[in-house]
Amino acid sequence: MNLMDFVRLATHVGLHHFLLFSALLFAIGLFGLLTKKGLIPLLMCVELMLNAVNINLVAFNHYMPVSDYSGQLMAIFAVAVAASEVAVGVALAFRIYRDHGTVDVDELREMKG
Amino acid sequence: MNEALGYVHGLVGWAFSLAEAYDVPSLIGAGVFFLFAGLALLFACGVVFLRNVVHSALSLTATFICVACLYLSIDADFMGAVQILVYGGAVAVLIVMAIMLTRRDDMAHSNPSRGLWQHAGAAVVSGLFLLGMAAVAVLSPFQSAPQPLGDAAPGLADLMLSHYVLPFEVAAVLLLIAMIGAILLAKGAEES
Amino acid sequence: MDILNMMMGQGVVSTLADQLHNLFMLLFDNAVVAGFLMKCVGIGAILGIISVAAIVFTYGERKVCAFMQVRIGPNRVGGRFGLLQPIADMLKLMSKEDIIPQGCDRVVWALGPMLLFVPTALIYAFFPFDNGVALADVNVGIFLMLAISSQAVLPFLISGYASNSKYAFIGGMRTVAQMLSYEAPMVFSLLGVVMLSGSMRMSDIVNAQSEQLWFILMQPIAFVVFVISATAETNRVPFDLVEGEAEIVAGPFAEYSGMRWALFFLAEYANLLSVSILTTVFFLGGWNGPFLPGVVWFGLKVLAMVFVFMWFRWTFPRTRIDQMLAFSWKILLPLALVNVLFTGVGIYARQWM
Repeated sequence: MNLMDFVRLATHVGLHHFLLFSALLFAIGLFGLLTKKGLIPLLMCVELMLNAVNINLVAFNHYMPVSDYSGQLMAIFAVAVAASEVAVGVALAFRIYRDHGTVDVDELREMKG
Repeated sequence: MNEALGYVHGLVGWAFSLAEAYDVPSLIGAGVFFLFAGLALLFACGVVFLRNVVHSALSLTATFICVACLYLSIDADFMGAVQILVYGGAVAVLIVMAIMLTRRDDMAHSNPSRGLWQHAGAAVVSGLFLLGMAAVAVLSPFQSAPQPLGDAAPGLADLMLSHYVLPFEVAAVLLLIAMIGAILLAKGAEES
Repeated sequence: MDILNMMMGQGVVSTLADQLHNLFMLLFDNAVVAGFLMKCVGIGAILGIISVAAIVFTYGERKVCAFMQVRIGPNRVGGRFGLLQPIADMLKLMSKEDIIPQGCDRVVWALGPMLLFVPTALIYAFFPFDNGVALADVNVGIFLMLAISSQAVLPFLISGYASNSKYAFIGGMRTVAQMLSYEAPMVFSLLGVVMLSGSMRMSDIVNAQSEQLWFILMQPIAFVVFVISATAETNRVPFDLVEGEAEIVAGPFAEYSGMRWALFFLAEYANLLSVSILTTVFFLGGWNGPFLPGVVWFGLKVLAMVFVFMWFRWTFPRTRIDQMLAFSWKILLPLALVNVLFTGVGIYARQWM
C-alpha cells in the first residue's frame, strides 16, 4: 500500500475513524483513571470515557443502515445517567472533603485496618 | 536551491492531484474531522497531564465542546446541542465548582499523579485496551451506508414517547433521585 | 426600479445579499468561493452590529438614566447632547494601564474575558433579522442557541477564580448560582412558544406568529417569565448581584482594567441586545408588521425592548441573593411549568374543537 492509497483511505471519513477516535479517547480516560490521585480528576476521567462511548453510539447511528434514531436516544439516556453520576459524585467529594479535609483517594483509608 | 524548489513543486502538484481526485466537500469533511478529533485528543491529554486541576477542568470542557462539534459534523445537531448544554454547561461548571469548594492552598500542584510503576502499569493496560479496540474497529466489516433520517428532534421525540417510554420514565426518576441524593449528601440531613 | 420592486417583495436585506452574491459570482465565477465570502460578510455584519450596539447603548443608557432621574446626562463632549461621549469613554478605557494582579493565574485570567465574548457573539448566527436573513437557520435553533448561551457561565467563574481576589471569587460563585437557576425558567417559558409553533427553527416561530397572533398575546405568562429571567441572565439590575458595586466591588471584573474590562462591557451590551432580539423573535412577531420593511420593524421592536430593560435598571433596587434564588425556584419555575401545562391543554382542546 503506497502513500497515496493511505491518504485516500484516511481522508475518506467513515465509521472506522470515529471508532478509532473514541477508542483513543477511552484509552486516555482509562490511563487517567489508573494514575490520578484526586477524587475530582478521577471523575473527570470517567466523564472522558463516557463521552467516548457516546461518540460510538452517535457514529453507529449515523453510518450504519438504520431506520430511526435509537442510537442517539441511547446516547441521550447515557448523558442523563452521566449527569446524575456527576451530581452525586461531586456531592460525595464535597462531603468527604468536609468530613476528612482531603479528597486524595490514597489518604482516605479509614476502612483499612 | 533547485532541489528544494522541485520538492515544493512536487508537493503542490501532489496536493492539486489530491484535490482533483476527490470532491472538495469530502476533503473539507476530513479536515473538520481531523481538526476537532485532534483537538479533542490534545485536550483529553491535557485533562490527564496538566498539573493544575482547574486547568484540567477547563481542558475537559474544551474536549466536550470539540466532541460536540464532531456531533454537529455528522448531522447529529440535537445530540451536539445536548452535549454542549449538559456537558459544557452543567457538568463542567459543576466540576469547577467542586474543585473550588474543595480547594487546597497550593493550586499549582493540585492534580497529583501516582508513581512511575503505576504509570507504566496504566500505560500497559490502556495500551492493550486501545490495541484490542483498534483491532476490532478496523477488522470488523461494518457496512457504512449513511442515509438521511429526517429531522432529529421529532424522530427522537416519537421514539422516546412510544417504544422507549419506560427507559424515559426511569431516567426521569433517576435524575430526581440523584438530585435529592446530591442535596442530602452535600447539605447533610438534620440529625435528630 | 427593478431593485426597488424586489425590495418590496422579499425584504431589503435579502435583496442586498442577493446583489452581493451576484457580484461575487461575477468576480470569482465559483459558487463555493462566493458562498464562503457571503458567510464572511455575514460574520462581519454581526460583529459590526455588536460594536455599533455597544457604542449606541453606552450613550443611550446614560441618556435614559438621566431622563428617569430628571437630569440632562452627557452634555460636554460633542455638542449640547454629548453625542461624542461613547468615543470619550472608549479613549479613556484604551489609555488606561493594563494592571495584572499579583498571584493570579495568568493564562486563565487573560482567557476569561475573551472566552466570555465567544458564546455571546456566536448566538447571533441563529437570529432571523428579516425574512430569510439568518446566518445559520438550523432546525434546532432555539435549543442550540440556549446551549451556546449557557457557556457564558464558565468564563465568569474562571475569571473570578483566576483573579486571586476574594471579591472576584464571590462574584464568580454568585454567577453560577444566578445564571444556572434562571436558565431553568427561561427554557421552560420558551417551551410554550415551541409547542405553539411546532418547531424549534427560529424563522418558523416568526412565521407562526404571522399566521396566528403574536405570542405575547397567546403566552403572556411566558413573556413575563422570559423577560424577568432574561434580565437575570444578562446580570442587569435588579439582578446584578454578580457585579453588585456596593457589595463586592465589581464581582468577577474587579481585577480587570482597561481594554480587558472593556471586553466584559462589550459582552454585557451584546447580551442586552441579544435578549432583546430573542424577546422580539419569540413574543413580538419578529420582522412582521405593516407598511414598513421587515428589518425596520425588527429594529424598532428590538430598540423598544432595549428601552424596557434599561427602564428596569433605573427603576428597581437590587435584590438580595437569597430573595433572588427563591424567586427563581419558588415563583418563576412553577409559573413556567403551569404555563406549559395550560398550553398543552389548550392545544389539545383546539384540536378537539
